[in-house]
Amino acid sequence: MTLTVWQRLDKTGRNLAPFAVTVMLALAGMIPVPLPGYASVAPFLTAVAVYYWAIHRPDLMGPGTAFLIGLLQDLLTGGPLGVNALVLVLVHWAVSSQRRVLASSTFALMWFGFGLVMLGVACIQWLAFSALQATVLPFRPALFQALLTMAFFPAIAWMLIRVHRAFLQG
Amino acid sequence: MKPRNSGSVVRLAAPLRALAQRFSFLLLVLASVALMMVGRIDALSVDSARARVTDAFAPILDAISRPAATAAHVVESVVEVQNAFEENQRLKAENARLLQWKQAALRLEAENISLRSLLKATPEPSSSFITARVIAAPGSSFLRTLVVTAGRRDGVRKGQAAIAGSGLVGRVIEVGEWSARVLLLTDINTRIPVVLERSRQRAVMAGDNSDQTRLLYLPPEAPVQVGERVVTSGHGGQFPPGLPVGVVSSAGERGVRVQPNVDLSRVEHLQLVEFSLPGSEAEPSSESK
Repeated sequence: MTLTVWQRLDKTGRNLAPFAVTVMLALAGMIPVPLPGYASVAPFLTAVAVYYWAIHRPDLMGPGTAFLIGLLQDLLTGGPLGVNALVLVLVHWAVSSQRRVLASSTFALMWFGFGLVMLGVACIQWLAFSALQATVLPFRPALFQALLTMAFFPAIAWMLIRVHRAFLQG
Repeated sequence: MKPRNSGSVVRLAAPLRALAQRFSFLLLVLASVALMMVGRIDALSVDSARARVTDAFAPILDAISRPAATAAHVVESVVEVQNAFEENQRLKAENARLLQWKQAALRLEAENISLRSLLKATPEPSSSFITARVIAAPGSSFLRTLVVTAGRRDGVRKGQAAIAGSGLVGRVIEVGEWSARVLLLTDINTRIPVVLERSRQRAVMAGDNSDQTRLLYLPPEAPVQVGERVVTSGHGGQFPPGLPVGVVSSAGERGVRVQPNVDLSRVEHLQLVEFSLPGSEAEPSSESK
């Protein structure tokens, strides 16, 4: 079976959806929200997206893609280069080691798994920033960020499921 | 796909690919760590890469930050309508008080001018400013920066002071073609020489990623009072002296903490101010490479 140019273009475009959505989430996570104290605990949206796509479409969200998205986020947020890249690659690694369990599980178990991943993310971020600043930074903001991201997980996952159904099935 | 000839390549490539897949995580983790090292060693080129990427995404960030700002305005105006009566009363009282202050200020200004002319004092350095909109905040627990919509082509330079309303907000650390990044007072990397307005006690104000900042290098017996105003001292030539920064919010065993004058979570527009300080003329030429 050979595909015409348009079909191939359409397929490529659809296959880019996970990457594009994750980049959009990276940008959406940087919208300034005028709430006191929000900036320090703003949810880590790209982690949700990498977690979701690594479970459902690991062929379209490989570790390299996760690394690139993390790098883009590092450049955009102005933080030390490589921290978000490291975090997202490790999220991807954590998922792919448990993919069989997660892909066939219920939503609640997926949410629980994400909670564990986010706790790990908070620890890694805290360690990396502390090491790069050569001081011991307070851990609490990272923990609250992780908790807020967990709270946002169902909403973001719902949106990702919609994108998944709209672009990548049928 | 070439059906022929590729057999040997596949035979050779398959184990290589398996190997690459097995080690890709390790490689990517090592690459991340290497990038952290590069960022520490070659900060300049990393800064310019950051400025380019921020420039490229600035139009998108600008567009998506507008609806958020509009929504916030709507919520705020509803709250304001509810409190309009009390607010009006309060503003009337404040206006009466400010008119008295205005008289005092005019009298002092006239007196200042006449005294300056008597003393042949050097005039205050002039300043010019650029107003820019805040389009992004990093959304990280360990960073306190803002991205604004003004860059090199608008005259923004590294080191300029960022001011909003009633006080200093931070300083420009990275300049792109049409966007710039401002390091806030509360970031852990910020150090600003300040002076306590009443006691003239010098100190260095440092951020610690919380909403307040702390004062370093204050002598332990220094008379610090809660509510005392903190202004820039002008040492180091980064900022002119006398810019309002904040108010001492607590002074005790655990150090002196300062509440910034500006609510940093609600800043929408910033003034990036170029103060033509004596001796700072050399700076633009060294940066415009």
